[in-house]
Amino acid sequence: MTAREAILSALRKNAPAPMPSPEHPEGMRFPDPVSQFLEAVKGVGGSAVRVADASALHHALSSLPVWAEARKVVSLVPGVGRSSVDLEAISDPHDLEGVDVAIIGGEVGVAENGAVWVPGRNLAPHRAIFVITEHLVLTVRAVDVVSNMQEAYARIQIERPGYGLFISGPSKTADIEQALVVGAHGARSCTVFVVG
Amino acid sequence: MNSFHAERAAAFTRDVPHAHWHDTALWFVRVKRDRGAASVPEWERLRDAASGIKAHTLSRLADYLEEFERNAASNGIQVHWARDGAEHNRIVGEILERRGVKVVAKSKSMLTEECGLNPYLEARGIEIVDTDLGERIVQLAGEPPSHIVMPAIHKKKEEIGELFHRKLGTAAGLSDPKVLTEAARQHLRRKFLGAQAGLSGVNFAVAETGGIVVVTNEGNADMGTSLPPVHVASMGVEKVIPRVRDLGIFLRLLARSATGQPVSTYTTHFHAPLRGGELHVVIVDNGRSQILGREPFRRSLSCIRCGACLNTCPVYRRSGGYSYSYLIPGPIGSVLGPQRDPVAHASLPFASSLCGSCSDVCPVKIDLHHELLALREEIRSQNILPWSKRLAMQVASFVLRHPVLYRASGRVARSLMRAGLVRFGPAGAWARQRELPEAPKESFRELWKREGGGREA
Repeated sequence: MTAREAILSALRKNAPAPMPSPEHPEGMRFPDPVSQFLEAVKGVGGSAVRVADASALHHALSSLPVWAEARKVVSLVPGVGRSSVDLEAISDPHDLEGVDVAIIGGEVGVAENGAVWVPGRNLAPHRAIFVITEHLVLTVRAVDVVSNMQEAYARIQIERPGYGLFISGPSKTADIEQALVVGAHGARSCTVFVVG
Repeated sequence: MNSFHAERAAAFTRDVPHAHWHDTALWFVRVKRDRGAASVPEWERLRDAASGIKAHTLSRLADYLEEFERNAASNGIQVHWARDGAEHNRIVGEILERRGVKVVAKSKSMLTEECGLNPYLEARGIEIVDTDLGERIVQLAGEPPSHIVMPAIHKKKEEIGELFHRKLGTAAGLSDPKVLTEAARQHLRRKFLGAQAGLSGVNFAVAETGGIVVVTNEGNADMGTSLPPVHVASMGVEKVIPRVRDLGIFLRLLARSATGQPVSTYTTHFHAPLRGGELHVVIVDNGRSQILGREPFRRSLSCIRCGACLNTCPVYRRSGGYSYSYLIPGPIGSVLGPQRDPVAHASLPFASSLCGSCSDVCPVKIDLHHELLALREEIRSQNILPWSKRLAMQVASFVLRHPVLYRASGRVARSLMRAGLVRFGPAGAWARQRELPEAPKESFRELWKREGGGREA
């Protein structure tokens, strides 16, 4: 008997009587999800700025200190910022080491926890960009902000190339005496622009 | 090493200020958890749903694992099955050796601790770098984790400064957590860039879509798995959930229960390997299918490893992770450990006041204190209790069945208390670190008799 067969048959033999799958409760809704989202992003150590449109976003970006000081930058959002690195010319993601700022497009914002859903295709060609960059800038449309994670999962699709993640604020740790320190392995700062 | 919890705890509590600090630090996390839970009006309904989804899944575990395997395979993920820790280690070792891997970056996985993966790979000349900051700290110190979410919670920052000075060559005398974290970031960034494979655990495996979800705050699982072409993820059979939408329930509970955060920083959904790379998922049984067949303990398989039961436990907080003989400490470990080895972990179900706080905070509503009680009964009936406990139980049972003896022993106990003598002898353990109450002059029965109780005035 293979390990697979042995495990599956032991699980079948020892399984309890069938239990029904429960209903999911309704998730809480905020009267103004966008302002709650802006608060939540700050709560998880990020900064959040609401801008009216693309030109306001452009202006807000250029006054962002981490952007103004950055030398090696990558923008994966068409029309926002610029790239000083040609990602298509990079075949090995290790060569992304040293990127100061990456601008990445989010698809859904979650008001209850400040998380932004980033589908894999918005990271192409290299997944690593969101975590290897020193600073992260995310964009999300105001109309795409939902109240809670349950609503978020109803919206997103884990489509091919089969990768995506929620990012909520900058990388952080509290592993030394419970003291919160921002900038563990990933981005040292996370700025979210909510557009519209 | 003595395997009795009480003996190990005595060593931990000898350093009174440190033990007090540990208690306070963990309670602080519990308070944050309460704030997180209170921020969600439907919290209790979420717990009900999470508990129900897990119960449903456990009743059809084999079906969901097959569905997961089928969908994962069509996503290009290679699925492996391991009956036990040794088989798991062999599978992981072979994958790494086939690709000529010499250095791997590993993110947190209690399962790989359970299987003893690190020493196995090290014996084969593979350097395995634990990349979660807390795990790296205990790895450098040559210690196991003392908490499942905060592995180095038992260490003071000065100790970590000294450790980094010796192992990483940082300046002597550092103790600022910011400076120490930055030093670790620089050190581990070099390790990430040099690793040829990434290992991770699995928080959730989704049957419907054939993908896995890994959650971290630091981003170490993401750094470890998005640079090298090989990612090996290890999961227990109980990690599978039916649908993507179930993630909405579990993720709303997990981080709030663990640290009080509304969600972890990175919640990464892996549904395909990196371009040109390999993604392997190793599904491990290692005794879980047996627990599934044991009705009183089945629900312990619902655990999502948030650590809330550790943070709230008055015994864990005051005795520290190393007082537990099993690698997962606290209430959930005291349920899981004795099922793996009842003799080695016989004292764990007794390292509890049965106050039930663990069951109250558990996001998936595992009946932890009931399971601990049921385990006590099993351990008693198997006659593997230490003789001191067996004798004490027999004496207590005899005394309670004989009213004359019971009344006499009450008088003796009161006079011993007044003389302060209960601090010594067999009852001494109970009086350790406790202030004794003042012993009453007479028993309730004597008072009742003297006051003419029971008669009409």
